[in-house]
Amino acid sequence: MSDSPYVSTTNACKLCTPLGAALAFRGVEGAIPFLHGSQGCATYMRRYIISHFREPMDIASSALGEKQAVFGGGPNLKKGILNVMSKYGATVVGVATTCLTETIGDDVPRLLYEFRKEFSDLPLPEIVNVSTPSYSGTHMEGWHAATAALASQLVREKAPAERRVNLIPGFVSPADIRYFKEILDDYGVAYTVLPDISEAMDRPALLDYEKLPAGGTPVASIRAMSGALGSIECGRADHMAESAGTNLERRFEVRNIRVGLPIGVRESDAFFAALEELTGTPLPEKHAAERGRLIDAYVDGHKYVAGKRAIVYGEEDLVIAMVAFLAEIGVKPILAATGATCRNFKQALADVTEGILPEPPEAREGVDFHDIAEQAADLAPDILVGHSKGYRYAKDMGVPLLRVGFPIHDRFGGPRLLHVGYRGTQTLFDRLVNTILERKQADSGVGYGYL
Amino acid sequence: MEQAIFEERRDQIHRKGEGPFELACNRDSLAGAVSQRACVFCGSRVVLYPIADALHLVHGPIGCAVYTWDIRGALSSGPELHRLSFSTDLQERDVIFGGEKKLKAALLELIERHKPNAAFVYATCIVGIIGDDVNAVCRDVAAKTGIPVIPVQSEGFKGNKREGYAAACKALFTLAGTGDTSDISPMSVNILGDFNLAGEIWIIREYFEKMGVQVVANITGDGRVADIRRCHGAGLNIVQCSGSTMELAKMMEEKFGTPFMRVSYLGIEDMADSLYAVADRFKHLDPGIVERTQKLVREELSLLLPKLKEYRKDLEGKRAAVYVGGAFKAFSLIKAFRHLGMKVVLVGSQTGTKEDYEELASICDPGTVIVDDSNPLELSKFVRELDVDLFVGGVKERPIAHKLGVGFCDHNHERKEALEGFVGMLNFAKEVHASATSPIWRFVPRREAMAKALKEQETAKRAAGGEGI
Repeated sequence: MSDSPYVSTTNACKLCTPLGAALAFRGVEGAIPFLHGSQGCATYMRRYIISHFREPMDIASSALGEKQAVFGGGPNLKKGILNVMSKYGATVVGVATTCLTETIGDDVPRLLYEFRKEFSDLPLPEIVNVSTPSYSGTHMEGWHAATAALASQLVREKAPAERRVNLIPGFVSPADIRYFKEILDDYGVAYTVLPDISEAMDRPALLDYEKLPAGGTPVASIRAMSGALGSIECGRADHMAESAGTNLERRFEVRNIRVGLPIGVRESDAFFAALEELTGTPLPEKHAAERGRLIDAYVDGHKYVAGKRAIVYGEEDLVIAMVAFLAEIGVKPILAATGATCRNFKQALADVTEGILPEPPEAREGVDFHDIAEQAADLAPDILVGHSKGYRYAKDMGVPLLRVGFPIHDRFGGPRLLHVGYRGTQTLFDRLVNTILERKQADSGVGYGYL
Repeated sequence: MEQAIFEERRDQIHRKGEGPFELACNRDSLAGAVSQRACVFCGSRVVLYPIADALHLVHGPIGCAVYTWDIRGALSSGPELHRLSFSTDLQERDVIFGGEKKLKAALLELIERHKPNAAFVYATCIVGIIGDDVNAVCRDVAAKTGIPVIPVQSEGFKGNKREGYAAACKALFTLAGTGDTSDISPMSVNILGDFNLAGEIWIIREYFEKMGVQVVANITGDGRVADIRRCHGAGLNIVQCSGSTMELAKMMEEKFGTPFMRVSYLGIEDMADSLYAVADRFKHLDPGIVERTQKLVREELSLLLPKLKEYRKDLEGKRAAVYVGGAFKAFSLIKAFRHLGMKVVLVGSQTGTKEDYEELASICDPGTVIVDDSNPLELSKFVRELDVDLFVGGVKERPIAHKLGVGFCDHNHERKEALEGFVGMLNFAKEVHASATSPIWRFVPRREAMAKALKEQETAKRAAGGEGI
């Protein structure tokens, strides 16, 4: 479990499971996320998510009160689903539990079975459920569990085989997903991206307020996953017995290739290699050129970043990937920290830095920002790499913060940050070099305008 | 369009002038309706949050604490303990075996580390279910550490935000009456229900200073435990956010005989009236206070009014929607918009009472839609139908306005702009003006379509008129 010496948590470096589940459900076409719990959970998570994405985020709630907490939340769950069916016209309802309903012992699968029987005369939506007690795991477990639930509950039979790739991208930005889709298009294959928040969480201005934002993975596309050439699942962190990719592999023999989040040259190479392996198509020229430009930029910028010491924090997959990237450009990641616990965190950090760093950065899991700051005091970092929540610590340490991931609450454009692939790495590298140059310039008494 | 409204919610919506005014309120949110409301915990957290030298420990799984970490704009002139997020981060094991031990250890650890002057322990949903004896742990830790350790009964499912306000008032009430009051002037007040967003309470305190009124305790903006402990020595409680702190005022009146009055610092008349009312209350002690207050108001207005006039030129005739947490704030906003030449066409709140809504209905123009505990579908429907130019709400309402091509002003706990006092009215006007008159709206598809339709109508009219001649 946690390797923090403290009992209390100060400024957590994680969020709770239902938030991740609600976001993953939002990435399905026609879906409404539904939290089975008290009203506050849905509202707080909506508020939190809206402030990053600046998009509507309607999460329904069974709005349990004291009576339901004692006698069970079944009637409210059923009534709530009927309400979102009639008012939102949702074709998929993603039901996630909360600490309240897990603890009072509501048996959601049974309640949903009853619901389907009771209202079998109505055109019912697909209802997917996931168990997300907030006292167990983090938002990332919630995200992955909801993604796995979508695959295991919506894919019911073997689909006709076709030249299709399943991409299970993990929790990346809408801009990242749009770029992933561009890459898949360039390989000329059909694909399913599960989940796909690229449209729903970064919508254009339109004529009206959309009840259900367009975009998201269509259910038909999810069903087609069982007939795919294979799945590519991004993220090296391992904390679940079964993921969406391994579920499809177990039930339908769809090959699952697990790669890291493709950030940095080596991790991106592995991602493109997986695509080549599944499709038989070599790296398209456009991407080879982007790779070439990235390496050229690495060469041009290496001296600015060489030997800089970085502390990386956040959700585990992103931390591992950022460490891979920083290590290969000559930045020394000195601490990799996450609020989550994951079985192979240390090993993954060792794997992605192998052959580059004499030893992997110190790995800390289950920690909060108090722990991170306490340790950072002896580490003399030059830069922090992570989401907005580390800003005050970076300020206290007198070092800049390179913002990546979620949440970005203190800068504009979080959903449009690009992290993955050669192109994403390029923008990260440019931002990193410029962050360091900006600091150098600000700290210089001379004020060189030519660096 | 009509299908945006849930059958069960019809009696929570009223259009002024259509039938006698009756609005259902203070009711549980409808399952599946995507209410904008939060929970009991939220209510307590909002009220107690700004006490800057207290430890605020959230007893529960991590979510409740992280979603409230430093999201408020409540400033402190000294310690900033309130801006940190403390939690017991309950795990599955704690849920099975109980979280009391962990709570005690966490409290002792944090009190040792931060040396707070008091600690508040917020019970969340799950604590109510697993039955941790939070009171006993708090008693125990208080005895060990010598500081007040105060349980806040804020289990989320036990109602809506209002219950949370009540729990917070109960917690505050345990502090009142425990401090030394010997140096307090009879001409003194406690400021209740101001949370010092963007330093607002400093504006208000300065007014009182100029009037010669001593402020004993800020409850709770820029709040200090020691001040709250001796707040029963003040001559008067003035209550701004009445939804959240009226209950404390009532309890103090009953126990300590402290009179209270409801005030508002938003808008011109309400701000001035509130200061005059306080002056009136103390003029038997110091007759000069009335003149000092008049002078203060006159000076402020002479600065403010010419500037407002400039903004008003562009805003005249525009239409506003107001959807806020508590209803009392809405009264002042309606009046403030009148000063800008604007009309409020939609008004509502998450937690208004019957009396609140009656008062609201009495000051609204005919045709104004009044809603209780609304949701995105209803709000977006009314914003469209009533052709609103500007929406006042919180973070959750912002995308509703923006998606419809409507300007927005954040008037919630998260805002970083001071909107209270005379200078606050100017800031408000500035923000409303900046958003409502921005050139960007012409590019938003809905506005573009409306402009096009209007143009076609005019062309058709001209053509028809031409034939007539």
